[in-house]
Amino acid sequence: MTGPSAAPRTRLRELLAPWLFVVPAAVYLLLFFGYPIVKNLGMSFQQYTTATFYTGAAPFVGLRNYAEILSSGLFSRALLTTVLFTAGSVAGQFVLGLALALFFRRSFPLGGLLRSLLLLPWLLPLVVSATTWKWMLDADDGVVNNALRALHLVPSGIPWLTGTSQALVSVTLVNIWVGIPFNTAILYSGLRNIPAQLYEAAELDGAGPVASFRHITWPLLRPAVSVVLVLGVVYTLKVLDIILVVTGGGPADATQTLATRSYELSFQRFEFGRGAAMGNVLIVLSLVLALVFLRADRRAAHA
Amino acid sequence: MRGGPVRRGRRRGLLATVVGTVLLAVMLFPVYWMVNASLQPTGTTLRAGWFPSHPDFSGYATALRDQGPNLVTSLVVALGSVAFSLGLAAPASYALARFSLRGTSLVLFGVLITQMVPGIVVANALYSAYNDLGLLNSRLGLVLADSTAGVPFAVIILHSFMRGIPREIIEAARMDGAGRLRTFRAVVLPLSRNALITAALFTFLFTWSDFLFGLTLTTTEAVRPLTLGLYEYLGAHTTQWNAVMATAVLAAVPAAVLLVVAQRFLTADATSGALR
Repeated sequence: MTGPSAAPRTRLRELLAPWLFVVPAAVYLLLFFGYPIVKNLGMSFQQYTTATFYTGAAPFVGLRNYAEILSSGLFSRALLTTVLFTAGSVAGQFVLGLALALFFRRSFPLGGLLRSLLLLPWLLPLVVSATTWKWMLDADDGVVNNALRALHLVPSGIPWLTGTSQALVSVTLVNIWVGIPFNTAILYSGLRNIPAQLYEAAELDGAGPVASFRHITWPLLRPAVSVVLVLGVVYTLKVLDIILVVTGGGPADATQTLATRSYELSFQRFEFGRGAAMGNVLIVLSLVLALVFLRADRRAAHA
Repeated sequence: MRGGPVRRGRRRGLLATVVGTVLLAVMLFPVYWMVNASLQPTGTTLRAGWFPSHPDFSGYATALRDQGPNLVTSLVVALGSVAFSLGLAAPASYALARFSLRGTSLVLFGVLITQMVPGIVVANALYSAYNDLGLLNSRLGLVLADSTAGVPFAVIILHSFMRGIPREIIEAARMDGAGRLRTFRAVVLPLSRNALITAALFTFLFTWSDFLFGLTLTTTEAVRPLTLGLYEYLGAHTTQWNAVMATAVLAAVPAAVLLVVAQRFLTADATSGALR
């Protein structure tokens, strides 16, 4: 207390102090999420190319970037690929993840250890997983084809990475492998939250495993199911690493998604305006799918 | 009949262990295959045997020679991102959990929304901003961009943990005359140790695993994370699979370490939860 002005100053400090805890993080989020979203929206209406970095000129072109990317035949193909990749990945991850979660729910020796080791594929850098799979799926020398040939299942091997229809299946399989542990972990903790007495009561009433799954497990697991499905869709739409490493978007654009197209437009053709437009289409798609899904889920929960 | 059901239960438990081990072996086969490949001798073909019967470490020697600087870059950027993310997230999470400020739910909603923003959108806008600010090809630039994964994640983890700290403990410290900052430093942070470690480990792993920002926000070899080094290696050296896979193994080490370390803290969390 140094003088008469100390009291109001302390009060001011007392008023501001709590905000000082939040402001740095809030400013960071605004700069690194808010600014990019706004900037990207602006860029999508500009002719923003390499020249812009030298001249500083990015003329306003209205909707031309959108018109060009949407009218290109590549767009509808990339959209279809994105939908197939996302639907296939999320469905595969979910079904296999749920099966593993149900398996690990029972307690048995080493169960906890095995369950935690299962997390490894999810923790590995995607580039590492993708590199390993690229080598495993090599048509001539990859272990997958070697094994198939040794078992006489296929005579000459499957062109996992070089066939236009096989390549999409391959990147989807790799992405399923990456996503299984996450689905298992969330669904497992959802299963653990279901009270054991419910199953005991159902057993006393003569319900078999199928009936108790349908009437107890599934309805009570719904919240965890919604979480993994919504996050699965939102995360899979953004996937870039796996596709770039495993197939590079090829062969003949067969594995180009909206995310890889956006990368290609911006960072390989230096058409930043069009890359931004493609990125915005991706955001809209992601928002729409999440909203549709959440609404369907709410309706199902009330039904 | 004494012990019959028990013995049957035990046998069924062992059967589950066997099945579980087989399932895990199938799931982790690619990881085994990566290690196996990294121990093969140098050669142009990639016909690896099923076991590295004569482990050859020349792949690792080549990888360390070529990727050494990238390894250091990844380590520095990841540690920087941990410090930056926790430095921002820890005080913010505490304030959001305990100060009942206006706009708290707005900030938390914003944090959740960030999960929907594709990295490519952020990279697209940051590239031009970084170009103007001279942040391209810099470790600081990568730390800031990579923390887009760490900051929201750390806020989510720390916020939910700090909400569980009993109010009485914080009020007692305040009654003893400790200011907000002192209460935070001397009471809240030590209590949140396990949550902080969890957030730090995952932030480290997110940044260590980053590929997109390394790919888009660096244009030279001066600052290059290991993941990008692996990607470029793959393009240039498909003749040296042992070195490529050795690089992959080196890049996978933090994930394996996290699995072991996090295990300890996750169990510790569960126990302290049970005690409370």
